[in-house]
Amino acid sequence: MIEEPLLSVRDLRVTFPPRRGRPAVRAVEGVSFDLRRGETLGLVGESGSGKTTTGRAVLQLQRPSAGSVRLLGRELTDMASGDLRAMRRHMQFVLQNPYTSLHPRMTVGQILSEPLAVHRAVPPNRRAERVAELLSLVHLDPKVVDRYPHEFSGGQRQRIVIARALAVNPDLVVCDEPVSALDVRTQAQIVQLLSELQDKLGLSYLFIAHDLAIVRSLAHRLAVMFGGRIVELGDADRIYETPVHPYTQSLLDAVPIPDPALQRARLARVAPEPHIPRHEADLSPCCFGEDHRATGRPRWHEVGPGHHVSCHFWPTAQAGADGANAGQG
Amino acid sequence: MSDAGPLLQVRDLTAAFGRAGAAAPVVKGISFDVAPGEAVGFVGESGCGKSVTARAILRLAPEGASVTLGGRVAYRGRDLLQLPAREMEQVRGRRIAMVFQDPMASLNPVMTVGQQIDDMLRHHQNLSRRAARRRTVDLLGLVGIRDPASRADDYPHQFSGGMRQRVMIAMAVSCEPDLLIADEPTTALDVTVQAQILRLLLRLRHELGMALMLITHDFGVIAGMVEQVFVMHRGEIVERGAVDAIFRDPQHPYTRALLAAIPRIETARRSS
Ligand SMILES: Nc1ncnc2c1ncn2[C@@H]1O[C@H](COP(=O)(O)OP(=O)(O)OP(=O)(O)O)[C@@H](O)[C@H]1O
Ligand SMILES: Nc1ncnc2c1ncn2[C@@H]1O[C@H](COP(=O)(O)OP(=O)(O)OP(=O)(O)O)[C@@H](O)[C@H]1O
Ligand SMILES: [Mg+2]
Ligand SMILES: [Mg+2]
Repeated sequence: MIEEPLLSVRDLRVTFPPRRGRPAVRAVEGVSFDLRRGETLGLVGESGSGKTTTGRAVLQLQRPSAGSVRLLGRELTDMASGDLRAMRRHMQFVLQNPYTSLHPRMTVGQILSEPLAVHRAVPPNRRAERVAELLSLVHLDPKVVDRYPHEFSGGQRQRIVIARALAVNPDLVVCDEPVSALDVRTQAQIVQLLSELQDKLGLSYLFIAHDLAIVRSLAHRLAVMFGGRIVELGDADRIYETPVHPYTQSLLDAVPIPDPALQRARLARVAPEPHIPRHEADLSPCCFGEDHRATGRPRWHEVGPGHHVSCHFWPTAQAGADGANAGQG
Repeated sequence: MSDAGPLLQVRDLTAAFGRAGAAAPVVKGISFDVAPGEAVGFVGESGCGKSVTARAILRLAPEGASVTLGGRVAYRGRDLLQLPAREMEQVRGRRIAMVFQDPMASLNPVMTVGQQIDDMLRHHQNLSRRAARRRTVDLLGLVGIRDPASRADDYPHQFSGGMRQRVMIAMAVSCEPDLLIADEPTTALDVTVQAQILRLLLRLRHELGMALMLITHDFGVIAGMVEQVFVMHRGEIVERGAVDAIFRDPQHPYTRALLAAIPRIETARRSS
């Protein structure tokens, strides 16, 4: 029997309206995925491809233009604001910047008590106890409650941000670049902490990041975004070992190597232009030989067990030539 | 080598928060040189003082703070720490440009991205409004923003994190500085756009002889971009050397610990 996923996203779309001669921006164009309990889905891809917008739309911080987001079996997209407020304790957000995401004039104790009060998660007389518990959970000394954010290092601040997200016992945590501002040792500690908390509390993570090595160390499954769509989705190890979509391949090929001679040689080589077309005619048949207009099925192909690839943005034989002189594109 | 002295010579630089430097210093007397056209890299743990050092060169303090500086920062032989404010204004942005770590804090939220780059160009280069906008659109294209002419009319919050970071880079290189200080310039970029930006910086180095001071946590990035590496720890430089030597044969235990912690893409998550 298949257990119902914690989160189920179907054909999610976000369009930012046109303004002052600027056309509408279709930031997310039909994204679908499931996230099970205790699972991490890594979300990687091109800068500007819609990862943050997807994360915000899942959390209803950005209202989607279309599509469905179901959390714990309940549809969020048309929920009344009162109900949505109540659902918020199940879903939390951890952002990149440990410097600006904490209020500078609030003590650690105040920062952690706030969500407890807003969601009435624990009675007022138990709040101090819960704050101490949260600090130990992220391996900070409960004695730091009276200190201010600027007294902490970047890594410590990120622990406080995580503690704040966990205050209300969420089921889903959307992490948007949670470690990219930290040094490699601190990164490793936070990654360790996130995976330990997942084991202990059964959390599910939607983990958005650019560092593909960090994502690999946490993700069970991986989604790769390009141009507002997921172009590849499946078991993380499988995609890392046998990427199928040309964009995924170019992404994995571009990971910088921490070896000076190799990395210099690589940058000196002519940029390996991926020649990925952004605006394409509905190809029939597509690169997998299917005529989608005839079959009416989505442009989505299973290439291995649970491993799916989109036939959007697939270079054609001639695409190389016109991609090369696209210039500033 | 006599006339080719260092472009930048930093000696016993100290920085302490507070007006009279009341707090304990966070940069504790560091010294280094950057030769014309040279690229140097700074690595070290979060909070060790890399950004405070970078800002100190331009006599800038983090938003809302005041910092007391000590020591000497000589640019082409003149001590920037002693320079009259008006002359310092000429150096900033034009001779020495900086990409700040937090792009959102350094962009004006109520001006379009294009206006901000236009203003910067017109301020430093005396361009007409139309010429400035043409150059702005070119620069945005150069850093890989698609549809640059229409996206120039967007406000910063309408850009993604990585797009904002690229705007900062475009602004910093717009005046073809002698020295570019780049504080974590590519953290918000995917690796293909990152490679494009790194190649752009290398090209500017070769074409303009621009020197580069690169601060990053990413050892893959530092590896391909710089000749010298400085490893900072708690406000001090604890190790310095040629990039190949630092990677091959690190001496200081802290450097070794950092190198050992580099995440490897071959490592899958531990199965539980
Ligand atoms: N409020 C907004 N108004 C208009 N356009 C927006 C807005 N927010 C985002 N966009 C646009 O939507 C697209 C997707 O942005 P998003 O921030 O989701 O990208 P991302 O994948 O998170 O990129 P990055 O990796 O650079 O953070 C971009 O073109 C961006 O400019
Ligand atoms: N506004 C401020 N007020 C007081 N102390 C500050 C302020 N900004 C930074 N500091 C302190 O100065 C020290 C150096 O900070 P700096 O920002 O230079 O670190 P960094 O090496 O750039 O770290 P990261 O890698 O996280 O960017 C830190 O210990 C920090 O706590
Ligand atoms: Mg983003
Ligand atoms: Mg810094």
